[in-house]
Amino acid sequence: MRRPRGIALTLALVWLVVYPVTLVVVDAFRGGDGWTLQHVAAFAREPREWTALWNSLWISGLSVALAGAIGVPLGFVFERLRFPGQRVLGALVALPAVLPPLVGVIAFLFLYGESGFVPRAIMLALGLDDAPWRLRGAGAILLVHAYSMYVYFYLFTRAGLAKIDVSMLEASHALGSGHWSTFRRVTLPLLRPQLAAASLLTFMTSLGSFSAPYIFGGDFRVMTVQIVTTKLNGDLRMAVVETTALAAVAVLVLLLLRGQAGARSVVAVGKGTPPHARALSQPFARWGAAMLGWVFSVVLLLPHLTLVVMSLVPLGTWTTELLPPAYTFANYGALLSEPERLRPLVNSLWMAGAATVGALAIALWAGRYVVQRRATLRNVIETLVSVPWAIPGTVLAIALATAFSVRAPWVARWLLVGTVVILPLAYLVRSIPIAAGSVVAGFRQLDPSLEEAAASLGASRWRTLRTVTIPLLRPALLAGGALAFATAVGDFVTSIVLYTYNTRPISIEILAALRAFDVGTAAAYGVVLVVFSALAMFLGTRR
Amino acid sequence: MDELLGSYGARAGVGRTAPMSEAFLELTGLSKRFDEHQAVADLSLAVPQGTVLALLGPSGSGKTTTLRLLAGFEQPDHGQVIVGGRDVTKLAPAARRFGMVFQHYALFPHLTVGQNVAFGLAGRFSRDERVRRVAEVLGLVDLTGFADRSVGALSGGQQQRVAVARALAPAPEILLLDEPLSNLDPGLRERTRRELKSALAKIGVTTVLVTHEQEEAFALGDRIAVLRDGRLEQFGTARELYEHPKSLFVATFVGRASILPGIMTSDDSARIGAAATWPVETPVTLAEADRVSVVVRPEAVRFDESGLPGTVTARGYVGARAYFTVDVGPGSVEVEASVDAAEVGARVHLDVVHALAFAEEAA
Repeated sequence: MRRPRGIALTLALVWLVVYPVTLVVVDAFRGGDGWTLQHVAAFAREPREWTALWNSLWISGLSVALAGAIGVPLGFVFERLRFPGQRVLGALVALPAVLPPLVGVIAFLFLYGESGFVPRAIMLALGLDDAPWRLRGAGAILLVHAYSMYVYFYLFTRAGLAKIDVSMLEASHALGSGHWSTFRRVTLPLLRPQLAAASLLTFMTSLGSFSAPYIFGGDFRVMTVQIVTTKLNGDLRMAVVETTALAAVAVLVLLLLRGQAGARSVVAVGKGTPPHARALSQPFARWGAAMLGWVFSVVLLLPHLTLVVMSLVPLGTWTTELLPPAYTFANYGALLSEPERLRPLVNSLWMAGAATVGALAIALWAGRYVVQRRATLRNVIETLVSVPWAIPGTVLAIALATAFSVRAPWVARWLLVGTVVILPLAYLVRSIPIAAGSVVAGFRQLDPSLEEAAASLGASRWRTLRTVTIPLLRPALLAGGALAFATAVGDFVTSIVLYTYNTRPISIEILAALRAFDVGTAAAYGVVLVVFSALAMFLGTRR
Repeated sequence: MDELLGSYGARAGVGRTAPMSEAFLELTGLSKRFDEHQAVADLSLAVPQGTVLALLGPSGSGKTTTLRLLAGFEQPDHGQVIVGGRDVTKLAPAARRFGMVFQHYALFPHLTVGQNVAFGLAGRFSRDERVRRVAEVLGLVDLTGFADRSVGALSGGQQQRVAVARALAPAPEILLLDEPLSNLDPGLRERTRRELKSALAKIGVTTVLVTHEQEEAFALGDRIAVLRDGRLEQFGTARELYEHPKSLFVATFVGRASILPGIMTSDDSARIGAAATWPVETPVTLAEADRVSVVVRPEAVRFDESGLPGTVTARGYVGARAYFTVDVGPGSVEVEASVDAAEVGARVHLDVVHALAFAEEAA
């Protein structure tokens, strides 16, 4: 009997994705002498744990509501209206996407934190002695989440609106429905798949969010922070149980929301000509929309600006003034001239680069099978490449830390924790769904007869891949690779669990600088990270 | 069914049997400009109630823009749309409630067939009446029992019929059809055309349809308006357009025709090449020695003993008849004749039954 096609890839993916998580879950139910429920019972007896789990859930729910409330109207405004500056602003509005989570958090800290620019300005303006607020707890977390995640709703709404055929709306009007009625009865139902997808994405991202709760949470604990704290305190067993709990919640939510989202598949009939954006002709509406857009964009850009300004402030020069008194490039100079400071830059670049190359290779490999009707394992492969997306970063980190901290080659476990391999491997696993999403979509658009044509002209499989498939998939590969690289280079959540001093990436160094009150260095690292991700995104999405 | 028909009569205040000669749908001096492009220029038309009006023209002729002006999706720069004596030019599409069948149907994918058809009935009829009307119109387009199907599961022809049913359900005063058959397979097109024609005839709703295919316009339209570059080129019945085209454009756009260069030898005859002089009909007065384009239809030429000499260069079979291409020197002529009337390569002579002459157009 021939072995089924794609068996090697399936095994590799199972080993990378499913196996470590399974080991964690098994660990949660095992004691010194076989199976036991004592760890789970210890977890269940602890009210802190339940609070953390509940906090994770409601923070995620509210994040979806807030992000939707900002992103959906914004999507409508930028997709359906034309006003001065609309194109530039439309691109600016997507900017939070290129702010790595930890960098966004420190930018918020510098901007709205107790000694940030905005509280300082308010203190000066109102003559207050103390900061008007403290950036702490659930409110601060929600603020950061709303800021960084509305982009999902914004982009999905725009994409959804662009796909709605103008004749759908005209048909509704011709049948006697006014604008509001058409919006309610046609536009919104047609947008449902996109809104459901954005909600799911936002919820899962919030559930796995670590940077904001870690920096701003204080006594307010969510599950991801709880896990890392327990692990750093050395209680590995409890960390494993907590990880299992979070993974279970993630899977449950995913199944629940997935079922909702896919309840009725919507197949659009029509050629999909989107409606022309309505040019605002009334001067009042025109300039009103433009003003609103600009104000909004400035608010969005303030974190980026803050980061740049702070990176220019030399250590210990800024005390009570409204604006820092001195600006130099000393922080950047130090990053490049001191080998110990350059180290994290080099680490992040090579580790993210290696992870991206690996993820793209797996994506290419998977894409080939997913589009083949005869490949028996295609559904399995498609599921496996998308699964890491639903695993919170913390869960994955603990899982890898558990799986690869023993040497047992006969069960496919090696000692990788503490070596240079573990972080790129973690980044790789997290990048697989990102790269595969793009590449598989590219494969789907590829006419299979092109490869067949190459084969019929005598090209070998390698030559076909090299001269036909990869060139045609270039846009998909670039886009997927750019997104994967940007995510990996800014990673904080898995790094904090798995790094060693020699392999520390930029995000860990930012945290260290922050702890030493060296905000200038932290900001300079942040700017470098933003530049790396922005550069990757720019190169990746260029046509 | 009777009820449905009845509701149209009641709404318009007349029975179908009452002949209506006065204009029901009127376009007066309709103009629309998009940036540099004059899409519709000073278009005036009027048709009585119950007429199926076909707007025929090549792409870019302004026929779709005219339809969209009628539906209210575009506002004209000048001119009016008048329905039953009422000026509807300023009304929004939702207030006009003209039934429209879109080229790609625009069925709502999130609704079932029944919900699609009921869409335009919301808030205007009781629940029971809505259900009854949906069943009625679905019966009219031969889709009884399809109400609970998803629109994605329908074939192209069924989707087209759902689109027609949806447009008809609210009993519109005017039905607008945008290239209603262009999205169907050729085999299906013929049948759907017949079904559409009988449905329109049954209901008697005043209809405007847009098409670029002469056959479709002839089969469905009671009156046909030929448009070119946004202007009305000719307005009449199919027969008038075919037999008495007023311009070279209409003559060649409507039906098969060959064009030969000629020179007028009197006010009703033209010389073709060196050898032959043909009697010609001249829709526009021409003078002797004018350079003209002579238009002949394939069935209006025949092989003869004498006349315009030429060589048969091709023969295309259409059942028992065939189209011969004959090279006559200054051009080539298509001739319809029985299959064995001539062989390829044979020297032949052509005599004309009916030809038209138009002044040569300045290129």
